[in-house]
Amino acid sequence: MILENKEYPPAVVNPRRRSRLLAALYIAQEQYGWLGPDAIQRVADRLGLTPGQVKSTASFYTMFKLEPLGKYRIQVCEGLSCYLVGGAEPIIDHVAKRLNIKPGETTPDGKFTLEIVQCLAACGTAPALRVNDELCENMTPENIDELIEQLRQE
Amino acid sequence: MPVLKNREDLAHLRTSAKAKLKEKTISGATIFIGMGTCGIAAGASDVAEAVRTELAARNLDTEIVSVGCIGTCANEPLVDIQLPGKPRVTYAKVTPKMVPCIIDEHLVKEQIIKKWAFAQLTNGTGSAEDGLTTYDEHPFYRKQVRIALRNCGMIDPESIDEYIAVDGYRALAKIVNEMDNEDVIDEMKDSGLRGRGGAGFLTGVKWEFCMRARGYPKYVICNADEGDPGAFMDRSILEGDPHAVIEGMAIAAYAIGAPEGYIYCRAEYPLAIERLKKAIAQAHEYGLLGENILGSDFSFELKVKEGAGAFVCGEETALIASIEGKRGEPRPRPPYPAVSGLWGKPSNVNNVKSYAITPQIMLKGADWFSSIGTPRSTGTAVFALTGNIENTGLIEVPMGITLREIIYDVGGGIPKKKQFKAVQTGGPLGGCLPVDALDTPVDFDSLTEAGATMGSGGMIVVDQDTCMVEFARYFLTFASAESCGKCVPCRIGGQRLLEVLTRITNGEGTLEDLDEIEYISEYMSEGSLCALGQLTPGPVIASLRFFREEYEAHIKENFCSAGVCAGMFTYEIEAELCPGCGLCVKACTSDAITGEKKQPHVIDQSMCIQCGACYQVCKLGAILIKRKHEIVPLETA
Ligand SMILES: Cc1cc2nc3c(=O)[nH]c(=O)nc-3n(C[C@H](O)[C@H](O)[C@H](O)COP(=O)(O)O)c2cc1C
Ligand code: FES
Repeated sequence: MILENKEYPPAVVNPRRRSRLLAALYIAQEQYGWLGPDAIQRVADRLGLTPGQVKSTASFYTMFKLEPLGKYRIQVCEGLSCYLVGGAEPIIDHVAKRLNIKPGETTPDGKFTLEIVQCLAACGTAPALRVNDELCENMTPENIDELIEQLRQE
Repeated sequence: MPVLKNREDLAHLRTSAKAKLKEKTISGATIFIGMGTCGIAAGASDVAEAVRTELAARNLDTEIVSVGCIGTCANEPLVDIQLPGKPRVTYAKVTPKMVPCIIDEHLVKEQIIKKWAFAQLTNGTGSAEDGLTTYDEHPFYRKQVRIALRNCGMIDPESIDEYIAVDGYRALAKIVNEMDNEDVIDEMKDSGLRGRGGAGFLTGVKWEFCMRARGYPKYVICNADEGDPGAFMDRSILEGDPHAVIEGMAIAAYAIGAPEGYIYCRAEYPLAIERLKKAIAQAHEYGLLGENILGSDFSFELKVKEGAGAFVCGEETALIASIEGKRGEPRPRPPYPAVSGLWGKPSNVNNVKSYAITPQIMLKGADWFSSIGTPRSTGTAVFALTGNIENTGLIEVPMGITLREIIYDVGGGIPKKKQFKAVQTGGPLGGCLPVDALDTPVDFDSLTEAGATMGSGGMIVVDQDTCMVEFARYFLTFASAESCGKCVPCRIGGQRLLEVLTRITNGEGTLEDLDEIEYISEYMSEGSLCALGQLTPGPVIASLRFFREEYEAHIKENFCSAGVCAGMFTYEIEAELCPGCGLCVKACTSDAITGEKKQPHVIDQSMCIQCGACYQVCKLGAILIKRKHEIVPLETA
């Protein structure tokens, strides 16, 4: 009980309010597209927290995006089935090389973001990756080149 | 829906729900479609659409029921057809194209298409069909005992009535009427149930600590943050039988004296979250959650909390921090959550499976449960079987069964006539066991003794084509990326260990590196704050222990015998085995293979890029993995 008083700023009467933070961040991310200063401030105001507290928590979790995302979000699966068929690392390396960015980064033109994710539930047709909401299966360096070329032109 | 005011109301509802379920599963015509995540991934939505279209075209109003995963994920999509008084027949690997035929032959003309049928379910009263295996006899199910999974794939997970029809909430009614909280805890202790989340702590004892702890309110928490690569046991239970988890939590809450509970589910399981929320709302409407449950003075509220992608949140203290809306960092224990957990109050954390089993123990008794399994690991173990194994899927077997029985009898062995190499249990924090260990009984203590761990139920089988150094590196990459960074041994140790392994798989390793691995591992196990850091070296240590010669071959001979690590092997065609079929020539992406038809072919090493395409297509095993400069043995030279 003593802990509670130390850890929460006086503004928070009820620590239970803070337990809604993750849910609030999801909503804000959906509305704003990413968690920029505006989104963080809004969540902080709503829950009676400081923006620093909100940002520090958000940065811990991979689902929350503190940078704007590219137009195409390429998520390469690093799950076990994809790994076992020789996917994952070689595929990630290949995409990274083509786009000239590291996982987690966005290309300077704002077109592509490269992310590494866990199983995409496409184990039967591994290796898999996802572009925004579209699943691409049986990936090889060749069809990755095609895919990126296609997206570049769109 | 009327609120159930007492046990008798529930009994009435059960009788009518049973009759309705019987109507559906025995005396009526029904189509069941497996709509778990595995089914949907295999195309079940398209199949369901095809079924609907076909029924509409024929003006049939046969009921379609979505069920959860029955475990044989390799055979999804699964469609079951039930005709009045007939056995329920399961068709496997159904495609939309097969649907018109199945409906025409089976549903309309009542002719079972035996070549597509997977198994039949006689349902007690329905008669058996000749020439079709029943589920009980089916090799995949024969050795299974289903307690936690008993309803998965059998009932509609979105219908509380169906759960009640199969004796759901009966255990809860029993305890609030007949037992006080100490009775419940005694029963739990007598059952010998050990937590199914990994550590295997006695559930009854944990409940007792929490019950005796001072502080109010107390909380019960369900750990549904399952994040191991290759593990999906908890997901299938949440998707296929959410009410069992809710009932188990209510029983725990009664025993401990907790008015409130939370289910912490990882965000990657949207279907599980949706079904849980639906199930909680239904239970509320019947008064099986909320105030004065079944007319007793026991009240219990339950909420779902969604994670946000952090593996370490599966650790109980990190999970609690995350529910509180903080960074999901573990803290040192003691104090244990049972004494100081959520908001500093006594809290009981258990795994999904531990709760799902609880109602069965209360209903059938501790003696029944402890008669299954081994004396120190009672009951059953649920595993997600994945990797290079014929029958991937979800299984539940009695504790004490051997690894060999699981892999060869239930799992159907290794596909494509390959050799078994290792089995990893306990996920990224567990360990692998080699072929000599196949007769190890599967229980908490035996697995630990053998060098692996029980973990929470991932079981990954790999064949000869897996490099054990690279395999260990995969888990290490996963675990070290998930380190929360709060403590140094885990954060730095994991990185250092990864560097050493990467060196070895790149062909730059030295023999001193092997000592280095042992040194760092010891430092991590002893110095880390939580089990994540303590157990991260597990897979590396186990693979080094059982496959040391593979590590040494990488270092001393620059050779990866599995043909995985780039630049550390070559492919060669064994002339005696090659009939010159030409398959490899077609498969080769770099025109490196030449040869006359019906004559042994050869690979031009200067052009080969080691993509492995030829190795994969050759059905005769004529393509061999060799050291880069194979030293010709003296006798043959
Ligand atoms: C890194 C890490 C991840 C864990 N992940 C899970 C998990 O996904 N599910 C789970 O039930 N337990 C997990 N545990 C174990 C929990 O800390 C805890 O022991 C367990 O939930 C207790 O439940 P039980 O007594 O029913 O086994 C994890 C532990 C660690 C250290
Ligand atoms: S492991 Fe990649 S889709 Fe499952």
